[in-house]
Amino acid sequence: MRFMFEKIIRFVSHYQPYGKMKKPVAVAGNSGPKVRSDCEIVLEIRSEGGIIIELISKVKVLYGESIKNLIAEVLDFFGVKHAVVKINDSGALPFVIAARMESAVKQLISIDLEYLPGFLQENSYSTTRDRFRFSRLYLPGNTPGLMINAGLHSADGIILDLEDSVAPEKKDEARILVRNALRQINFYGAERMVRINQGERGLEDLHSVIPQNVNLVLLPKCESADYIKQVEEEIAGIKKKFNSKNQVFLMPIIESALGIENSYMIARGSENVVAIAIGLEDYTTDLGVSRTIEGSESFYARTRLVVAAKAAGIQPIDSVFSDVADMEALKQTVVISKSLGFEGMGCIHPRQIAVIKQGFAPDGTEIEKSKKIILAFEKAKLKGLGVVALGSKMIDPPVVARAQKNIDLAVRLNLLSSGWINEIPPDEK
Amino acid sequence: MPTKTVINAAGRMVPLEINGQPVVPFKGVGKYKPEGRKYSPSIPTCSDYPDDGNKVVSSLEEALRKCGLSDGMTISTHHHLRDGDLVSNKVFELASAMGVKDLIWFPSASFPCNDAVIKYLDDGTINRIEGSMNGPLGRYVSEGRMKGTAVLRSHGGRVQAIQDGEVIIDIAVLAAPTADSFGNAKGTGGTSACGVLGYAKADYLYASKVIVVTDNLVDFPCFPMEIEGNYVDYVVVVDKIGIPEKIVSGTTLITRSPDRLLIAELTASFLEKSGILKDGVTIQAGAGGTSLAIAVFVHQVLKNKGWKSKFGFGGSTKYMVKMLEEGQMGFILDAQAFDLDSVKSVENNPNHIPYSVFNAYNYHSKGNLTSMMDIMILGATEVDLNFNGNVVTHSDGYLLHGIGGWQNCLHARNVILPIPLFRDRIPVIVDEVTTLCGPGELIDVIITERGIAINPLRQDLIESIKGSDLPIKTLRELKDEAEKICGIPQKPQFEDEIVAAVKWVDGTVIDVVRKIKTN
Repeated sequence: MRFMFEKIIRFVSHYQPYGKMKKPVAVAGNSGPKVRSDCEIVLEIRSEGGIIIELISKVKVLYGESIKNLIAEVLDFFGVKHAVVKINDSGALPFVIAARMESAVKQLISIDLEYLPGFLQENSYSTTRDRFRFSRLYLPGNTPGLMINAGLHSADGIILDLEDSVAPEKKDEARILVRNALRQINFYGAERMVRINQGERGLEDLHSVIPQNVNLVLLPKCESADYIKQVEEEIAGIKKKFNSKNQVFLMPIIESALGIENSYMIARGSENVVAIAIGLEDYTTDLGVSRTIEGSESFYARTRLVVAAKAAGIQPIDSVFSDVADMEALKQTVVISKSLGFEGMGCIHPRQIAVIKQGFAPDGTEIEKSKKIILAFEKAKLKGLGVVALGSKMIDPPVVARAQKNIDLAVRLNLLSSGWINEIPPDEK
Repeated sequence: MPTKTVINAAGRMVPLEINGQPVVPFKGVGKYKPEGRKYSPSIPTCSDYPDDGNKVVSSLEEALRKCGLSDGMTISTHHHLRDGDLVSNKVFELASAMGVKDLIWFPSASFPCNDAVIKYLDDGTINRIEGSMNGPLGRYVSEGRMKGTAVLRSHGGRVQAIQDGEVIIDIAVLAAPTADSFGNAKGTGGTSACGVLGYAKADYLYASKVIVVTDNLVDFPCFPMEIEGNYVDYVVVVDKIGIPEKIVSGTTLITRSPDRLLIAELTASFLEKSGILKDGVTIQAGAGGTSLAIAVFVHQVLKNKGWKSKFGFGGSTKYMVKMLEEGQMGFILDAQAFDLDSVKSVENNPNHIPYSVFNAYNYHSKGNLTSMMDIMILGATEVDLNFNGNVVTHSDGYLLHGIGGWQNCLHARNVILPIPLFRDRIPVIVDEVTTLCGPGELIDVIITERGIAINPLRQDLIESIKGSDLPIKTLRELKDEAEKICGIPQKPQFEDEIVAAVKWVDGTVIDVVRKIKTN
């Protein structure tokens, strides 16, 4: 695979290749018996002796040369002329190796250059405000092995997480890895999402990810509309700098009592806020209570958040379900979640996606009932009747509206053909 | 000394002689039909054996001595004790201590525990292995460190080689979980139960001398007689023939990898939408995590539709046993039991029938069980653009696996290979397989997480899924997709030296493995 220097973001500042070194040896990436599709790079920059590369790799016979060439290319890009590089590789893809190498270099020298692998054309799509966000798959931002096939599992969105799933000492290298992943991994149409860190670090994260055509940014532990505005300003600045036109939606995650109290204002914090999610682990901690399966402790917060979202005309999204082995319990949770008004849920394992999607989609009985209501409504309209009746039951206008919503949803999910009403034989209408 | 080579019918350069014996180059599927009579062992006389039927001798060493163990002999063992086998290594430890040289080890398969024989290859006790070579043993052979040339055969090919007299077993050392003093033996009972002994049949019928080694001696008669005592020369009783937890896995588990589950789901969906999966279907799937997941999904389809599989062919697992017990499978025919549930089932369920590879896979049988199977789920390390498959080497050229029953199973009606498009960074679909183990004409469908490729020879299958939502692609498209992600791999470099020959099911040489070039 050929890497291209597509563009250089942020020009060299205080670049001193042989000036003060931050520390003698840098280590980036991961290795170990359970690590796959990653590599660990140990870098020592020297003042002479050229580039010496020591490679241990399970794919050495097949990719040894290309790995060494890539390492040499990245070092050359950053102006490193003399170094010893030790790589312990477990089948890392080129964008991972490049990210690890860049991270190691940046631990040793201050440099603002970015070594950017080519941007995959398949990833240049944008998304819309009202697209479905039933299922969003969380991926830890420093674990490349989980990223490569993530798009195959048909989640509505894929979240590369820079926040809680990344160890504090790995935050910098995760940022570079996620940036490269956004450029090189095919997301197969899933909404491309990143969860940034809180506070200042989060705003810095934006500089790495916004230029990579991110569709949506998740803002953890959001407590105020002011923070939304701050994020928007930062994004606007970055977009201007790179002259990028892609629309970036926001999904604040409410994870505290204060956040819940401010949820409506947060939901209306910007026109780019398309959904708000609730994070129950932190919320229950904030309340000083335990999280239970029945969830009575978070009932108020969840309904409050749903109401705030609906009032603001955006999607309310439920917390993740953490027992990845228990699909039955997940199914039950989705039923409750849907009944409260949520329109989606986070996933922490690909096997949860289908269960969640199915749970939030209207089921067969719902669709049939809605069809009957719409047919009755159309019939009444045709006859010029003011009152709609189904059997012996009177049907109020909001019931008709809800049925229409269900029908629209079913059509958008390909559960029902858009011309369904014309496909019904006249005598059954 | 370089031997003469020719291009065989599969386009591979193969020698005309291996280990000093002439061999026949591959001629095409079903083309080679040797004539004459089957090999037979020399005639024994019952009066040479104890009148009281007690053939127990004091030790394995004594038995080997009585069998006349000497330089250059061929010693066979079976692999039913899998990674818990304590018997086969012991044979070579004793042989080494006795100063015997240049033995040929002819196992039905080898496991990681057999890496211990490397020291007997090093000290000259063993000249070569004719069987499967896994892990470190494969590496050893690939680096050209084994004295003789390895010969890789399928399970059925092993029986064929015995019947053709291509391999003459001097001594078969057969571990048996239960045996009597006459030599009758079975795979169940005792602390080392492995379920069935299907791989030992050709060995005890054709070997010049047969030693049964057991840790569970029972009164005559040991029944059912999977090994018949009238073919057995000596019985040896030891403390332990195996390590129970390594003989059968307590439980086989379906894969937890979401990517493998996706492949399994796609496979089940293909089987259903193509109409291959139907009432009365016959099916075989292995014990790998993906195959087990496919079995679970298939079971679900059968259940939902109210269908029943006529029979399944094992390696049996608890998932197959579940189908049998819940009524979605009529019979399990079983050559090896992979987990405790299967061992229990074969012992107790009359519809779970031991069935040796002697019957199932053998090229010289009058009919072939695998050609009666509708669905055959197999794996591969590589597949090339002509659907040719490799199971013995990896793309880096190293020998890593045995053939097992893979080649034999290719004769099923629908051969389906569910495989990931790349493993770590290594693409599975290549221009040309590193080692040819199975001709593409026998491989029908490749199912990867990124798409399904159907062999153009199977127009009927291509027709059957027209209009479905299955992601059908060509092998070239899949290969390009993998290389776009992984990069184009370099080719491994080989020396001229041949380290292993790969036999086709009929005994002809389909390909060879050459020594890895190490700088």
